[in-house]
Amino acid sequence: MTLLSIDWFFILEKILLISAVLVLSLVVAMYSTWGERKVAAWIQDRLGPNRAGPMGLLQPLADGGKLFFKEEIIPTNSNRFLFILGPSIAMLVACMTSAVIPWGDTLTIAGRTVSLQVADVNIGILFIFGVLSVGVYGIMIGGWASNNKYSLLASVRAASQIISYELPMGLALIALLMLTGTLSLKEIVEQQRHDLWNVVYQPLGFFIFLVTAFAETNRAPFDLPEAENELNGGYHLEYSSMKLGFYLFAEYINMFVSSALMATMYFGGYAFPGMDSLGVSPNLLTMLGFLALFVKILVFIFFFMWVRWTIPRFRYDQLMRLGWRVMIPLALANMLITGAIVLARQH
Amino acid sequence: MQALTNRAKPVDRSPLSFTDKLYVPAIAKGMWITLKHLFKRKATVAFPEQRRQFSPVFRGLHVLNRDEEGRERCTACGLCAVACPAEAITMEAAERKPGEEHLYREEKYAARYEINMLRCIFCGFCEEACPKDAIYMSETFAPSNYQRKGFIYGKPDLLIPDPKQQSK
Repeated sequence: MTLLSIDWFFILEKILLISAVLVLSLVVAMYSTWGERKVAAWIQDRLGPNRAGPMGLLQPLADGGKLFFKEEIIPTNSNRFLFILGPSIAMLVACMTSAVIPWGDTLTIAGRTVSLQVADVNIGILFIFGVLSVGVYGIMIGGWASNNKYSLLASVRAASQIISYELPMGLALIALLMLTGTLSLKEIVEQQRHDLWNVVYQPLGFFIFLVTAFAETNRAPFDLPEAENELNGGYHLEYSSMKLGFYLFAEYINMFVSSALMATMYFGGYAFPGMDSLGVSPNLLTMLGFLALFVKILVFIFFFMWVRWTIPRFRYDQLMRLGWRVMIPLALANMLITGAIVLARQH
Repeated sequence: MQALTNRAKPVDRSPLSFTDKLYVPAIAKGMWITLKHLFKRKATVAFPEQRRQFSPVFRGLHVLNRDEEGRERCTACGLCAVACPAEAITMEAAERKPGEEHLYREEKYAARYEINMLRCIFCGFCEEACPKDAIYMSETFAPSNYQRKGFIYGKPDLLIPDPKQQSK
């Protein structure tokens, strides 16, 4: 009988937390589209969307509604099953990564300690890498199922780009792991809480991670899979209606999640300076920590947009040269230096 | 070849130096420029709420003028139609009947006076040609309509309101 005893509160707590995180990432992604258009407009000396609601704040709702009401077209010669599977995978994978990110410390509600992390798995970083690599399948399958040469070319580009940039990203993270000695994101944050942020020890590693994160999320200047002038829109050329919306949305969720990752791994996550000497109740401190993390994420999202509206797109050979001939050697050097220093300090 | 202006700059074709190859300084420079633009004054005018200032010589939609007694000044001489390079003005003249002296200033008047705003190029030649100060260009602009025939402005659209009737 003891085997069957289920902690219902635990399940309820996790369900609530998962819903909250999902809603949070969807809302942030929604308003990223608004933010993107505003940032683009401001950088180009324009006003940006300002008709729907105050400051155009209802614009994402209008865009979403429009996408839902658009006619849905599935091309005759496409593979129907895979055509629908593509955006589904892209969306699913984009939402999955947020599970291992610690959104805050623990809350104490009615005597129960609730961790603001959906799953504190001890292989958090590995999990993220695994899920990220599945993300490219969404693009690959969508581009292949469309039965269109532009879509196919775009998905081939996407696949090789993501594989090429996953290597330096992984190598940059290995240096971080040598430093922290753990794969759990929660522990990485806790170490930064009592020490300096990891970006101080790993500036080059952070830089490499940042650049590769741009490539992994298909953001400019690495947005070759959706290079409009060459590929007519890229892998989602044949998509319409909400399936197109899912692809676009997945990109924004990915941006949100990678911003959260960078904030967590290199910028202290929910920890902020002077956190433990503030002397407020632990619950309030947790909420403040969550706010700190949120602000960090928003800064990174703004950075993504800022770069997009500044730097022109790379040519494909430039992209590959940068990935293989610059990023990987740099990441390897960073790894060797970090390893040497860690070893020297142990003796 | 002789240079046309003294502003021509020779293209720098020297190979990239090491800092150039790093790209990062150049990117940082570009980011700084876009960051400055983020806070600059916006060039956009939110049109229906805000309007741009016009210069005093702005040429907008036409008006047909009346004299101080509220009589139409136009005498249908056709000089505006002749001056019009876009051939946008059509008119039909009529003779003033006894008892219509309070309506028309001269013995001849325009029974029909039409300007096709889709043809008009807003050059202002009609205004210059008019010997009776009857046609003027206002500061109104951007006519809009759902149909082409809506852009043919007749006398009711062009005539300014009667100053005598308005004062009452």
